Amino acid sequence: MTDDAPPRFLVSPHPDLVTLLIALFAVLVAASAIGYALERRLSPDGNNAVIENLNDRIRSWWVMVIAMAIALVAGKAGVVVLFALCSFAALREFVTLTSTRRGDHWALAGAFFIVLPAQYWLVYADWYGLYSIFIPVYAFLTMPIVAALRGDTENYLVRISEVQWALMITVFCASHVPALLTLQIPGYEGRNLLLIAFLVLVVQSSDVLQYVWGKLAGRTRIAPKLSPSKTVEGFVGGALSATALGAALSWMTPFTPFQAALLSLVIVLMGFFGGLVMSAIKRDRGVKDWGHMIAGHGGFIDRLDSVVFAAPIFFHLVRYGWSTV
Amino acid sequence: MAWGSIGGRTTLRSLLRLAMAAVAAQAIVTFARLVTAVRGVWHGAGLSGVQRVYFANHASHGDFILIWTVLPKRLRRRTRPVAGADYWLKTRARAFVGRDVFNAVLIERDPERRLEDPVQQMAQALDERSSLILFPEGTRNTGDEPLLPFRTGLYHLARARPGIELVPVWIANLNRVMPKGEFLPVPLICTVTFGAPIHVGEAEEKDAFLARARDALLALAPNGRRP
Repeated sequence: MTDDAPPRFLVSPHPDLVTLLIALFAVLVAASAIGYALERRLSPDGNNAVIENLNDRIRSWWVMVIAMAIALVAGKAGVVVLFALCSFAALREFVTLTSTRRGDHWALAGAFFIVLPAQYWLVYADWYGLYSIFIPVYAFLTMPIVAALRGDTENYLVRISEVQWALMITVFCASHVPALLTLQIPGYEGRNLLLIAFLVLVVQSSDVLQYVWGKLAGRTRIAPKLSPSKTVEGFVGGALSATALGAALSWMTPFTPFQAALLSLVIVLMGFFGGLVMSAIKRDRGVKDWGHMIAGHGGFIDRLDSVVFAAPIFFHLVRYGWSTV
Repeated sequence: MAWGSIGGRTTLRSLLRLAMAAVAAQAIVTFARLVTAVRGVWHGAGLSGVQRVYFANHASHGDFILIWTVLPKRLRRRTRPVAGADYWLKTRARAFVGRDVFNAVLIERDPERRLEDPVQQMAQALDERSSLILFPEGTRNTGDEPLLPFRTGLYHLARARPGIELVPVWIANLNRVMPKGEFLPVPLICTVTFGAPIHVGEAEEKDAFLARARDALLALAPNGRRP
């Protein structure tokens, strides 16, 4: 990424990005129209919970797509700030459900006010050598020291592990989405924002398509204990159609359609299992959703779980296979 | 107080004070929302304009602010916390926040230094159509027990104004956001849960009523340490 790229984007976004955004808004308009028609027919008094939830979800999608569109048009700074804010909300949801005690207060304050901003600053500053090990090495070693200095040993290992896990998932992994901007792919200069759009689109459409396939054809549950709404039919239908969508989006990536399909399959599988893992944590903690900030979806982690699991793998595959740095 | 005095300068000053109090109130509510993403949950006590006494667990200085934040604005203005005068009158800044921003009913906690009967002060505030926020534990709970024994003020107030709805309110997680002795809040999600209103029975004894009120409040607490 060259230094003058972000300002250029600020003035005029890449034509491919404009095309993509217009298509996305068209999809949302169609979804809203379908949601409205279903509501008129099946839930005129607002009694059908599935339809009401569907429309809540569509409304929230509008907000999320608009936020993402603003960030993408604003360029690197916009994307870094957007994902830093998402990480903040997700970290807050995660730590809320942990068993931290008073003795963890400094370590937690450090996680929120030092580690999180530092990680995103390092991504913004393009410092791959440090942002890829900052949390797994430096935060990993210093946070238990800070907690130990407070002298409270009750549940110590559980407490520090929970905070480590929270940071890895909600900050380290999530920061690999904006980190895609630091890759340098010959012949793809100035278009890295579209790589982010590709990743987010494939993951999120996979979630949506699994939901739709599951509602239409879902019979056999995959993991009834973990996530009662996930079915084999929904998963297979959603994964295949999202992979096909990924292949169809290869025009905005540095990949051939076949490569795009393979990468999409990896993204979709990681996303699916990410959702499963985060569901296991929710069951363990006895909650249905991570939070309540996004109407119809739950919390930030409920929406981000699949992105978070897919992002680092996608980042490293692309870095290894296509990037020169 | 400036309110009673006549003359241009004092009026201007009291208007300025009012404006500052309104700005400060909004700033405090916004800050509370940013840090705690606080959410109100109404269990059996549907939100209404009815005058009420909210009684809540007390683990942090911010407890009252969270209840205030989840109340709609029109109720917020008519809802006054009951707080210790010794704490809130200590400095000028605190007195401004306590009196002008929160419009607290300030009571003297030390019986030796009392000039007014606290129950009488609270009853008078109710007679002026205010709702009240009361912390019946009497002091902040910083231990591992979920709830300290109740002081008797709630019972005497319920006897003095038997028609008023007493609504239990459980504040979850704020003690983790800002434990005692820390100065930097850690942003964690808080919830404020409102239970079904209770009343004192006609022949109900003091201890029986306080035990019932305490149970009604504890019933709103999430299991264990989880929010």
